[in-house]
Amino acid sequence: MSAIAQLRITRGTQGEASRVEIHEVPFEPGQSVLDALRWIRAHRDPSLAIRYSCTSANTCKECMVSVDGKTVYACTARLEAREMNVAPLPNKRLIRDLVTEIAPPDERLGREQESR
Amino acid sequence: MHFETDVLVIGAGGAGMYAAIEAARGGARVLIADRSLIGRGGATIMAQMTVAVAVGEEVPDHWEHHYADTLAAGRGLCDPDLARLLCEEGPEVIREMDAWGVGWARTEGKTGPMKQAFAPGHDRPRCVYVDFLNTGPAVSKTLRTRLIRMPEIRRIGDLLVTELVLRDRKCVGATALHLATGGPVTISAAATVVATGGLTRLYQRNSASANMSGDGYALCLAAGAELVDMEFVQFFPIGHLAPRLIGMDPIMWDPFRYKLGGRLLNGNREGFVEKYGAVDNGKYVVTRDLATYAIIKEVEAGRGSPHGGAWLSFEHCSEAELRAAGGPVIDRLAKNGIDLTKQAIEVAPIAHYHMGGVRADTSMATRVPGLYVAGEAVGGANGANRLSGNAITEALVFGRKAGRSAAARAKSAGKARAGEAAFRESAARLNEGNATRDLNPAAMIEELQALMQKEAGPFRTGEGLARALGRIAAMSESLPAVKPPAGKPYDTELADWLDLSTMLSAARCVASSALTRTESRGAHQREDFPGMDPAWQKNQVIA
Repeated sequence: MSAIAQLRITRGTQGEASRVEIHEVPFEPGQSVLDALRWIRAHRDPSLAIRYSCTSANTCKECMVSVDGKTVYACTARLEAREMNVAPLPNKRLIRDLVTEIAPPDERLGREQESR
Repeated sequence: MHFETDVLVIGAGGAGMYAAIEAARGGARVLIADRSLIGRGGATIMAQMTVAVAVGEEVPDHWEHHYADTLAAGRGLCDPDLARLLCEEGPEVIREMDAWGVGWARTEGKTGPMKQAFAPGHDRPRCVYVDFLNTGPAVSKTLRTRLIRMPEIRRIGDLLVTELVLRDRKCVGATALHLATGGPVTISAAATVVATGGLTRLYQRNSASANMSGDGYALCLAAGAELVDMEFVQFFPIGHLAPRLIGMDPIMWDPFRYKLGGRLLNGNREGFVEKYGAVDNGKYVVTRDLATYAIIKEVEAGRGSPHGGAWLSFEHCSEAELRAAGGPVIDRLAKNGIDLTKQAIEVAPIAHYHMGGVRADTSMATRVPGLYVAGEAVGGANGANRLSGNAITEALVFGRKAGRSAAARAKSAGKARAGEAAFRESAARLNEGNATRDLNPAAMIEELQALMQKEAGPFRTGEGLARALGRIAAMSESLPAVKPPAGKPYDTELADWLDLSTMLSAARCVASSALTRTESRGAHQREDFPGMDPAWQKNQVIA
């Protein structure tokens, strides 16, 4: 039997109780955690919210998440054939699932910018 | 939420950021929007290599020589005015970037002549760069630092533009999905600059960011602008395929091959490029198109490497040679468990850049009043094939020009702006949808990428392109009924649905232009029509 990585993913939006979903992902040595999250979106559940741009060059710095309690870039964190806990960053405002507010404050849309 | 501004810039890569800076210098209030983080999500930041520009500091040069090389690479299809603009104004923007502290490599100290590296297709060393493999990040960071210092420029990330809004056939701004809240945002502007980059995400194997979905082409086409040269997608022959590498750009093997040669081997570990008429001898002299062809043919014949490409071997090189060529990259490879002295890696052709795009004049104006384009979104400057190093030059030169033109238009428009009412319909379109649907747009995007790779990739046939167009039409037809409504924060299903619509529109343009062009020229190679046909020395325009 081929190897499996089991991802325990903390999901939810602000103001709702978070839940943990378990997904089993076919494991290939060398894969990143982001590869596994993208695989889940395409093959299991497209509603899983993640954010990334450069995909694997580690230049956009958008894919920061918590893996087993450590803050990492999902694109450089190595996937392993075991149980892994993936959660949104604990110290940033939650937007949805693994997406948190990481933009500099003056590049966000705030109430103060609403139309006159 | 509604905004009013003089100039709206869509896309915050190199072209968009330069456009915003120049528009602000021209007296305009600017809003720069990006679907990702400002200055982080485009293609510019991923560029590792070189910037072609006739600065002539280390070796004498003149923009006319650069221009001649650009036209030759474009196989007779360059828009001569745009190509000339790129080459003639290149040195100015490169020197301005230098003054802003980008840190171009110099022969000595911080004030000596800028170094000029040689790149294929150039008649002399002509490319500036930032060490080590840091050109794109340095360019992005420098522009972002300038942006932040200009209070006239408002920066907003997480804005995915869904429509350019028209009134009396003029572009009066845009409507966007604000990803973080899920709500529509409308922006009224006297002038709009589209700087959203290319379309390499249409392909399964690509070297650019996930944001290169062809947004700008689809947006501008829907607004009434023309697209040109859409069949010309540049493929890079030896993109990294396997083993899976993390934290590395897939075009990373190019500098190694420049320095060390390296051997291309098929699945049976035999050299093969010679069979296709090339002389290789372990040196890096095989042209990109021939290497691409040879790899694809070996895979088709069942002689590919395990993941469907070719082996690239540096096993004949010593560790010292490899370290001299790769420097810190050797350590990053070691972290990925790769020792090049003991193992070959797998490579395959990957989509790298798009020559085609929105048709514009030398002021970067499209035929839609109020709508400008910049960077890779612009079509025509590079014709059928882009000269190595021209992409960043194009981003900076065209960005500056578009910003200048947009500011001038805003000035002549005075305070007149379209009111919020002009945006109601487009915002409503974003809000409407079917909340109970059975759809996986992320899977459909993968299906489209596989289809384009197979049927509209580096080598094409009429039959394959017709198959692609049939499938694109079927996928497009199924989409409207399953649109998710806006309203949820960071709704990636809606973002994927929007991207898929955009990608299908761009894919149709690529495949239909490729089907019509019954010859092989530059990056467009038809197996059923080999060789250039002089009757086809013309540009195809889609409207």
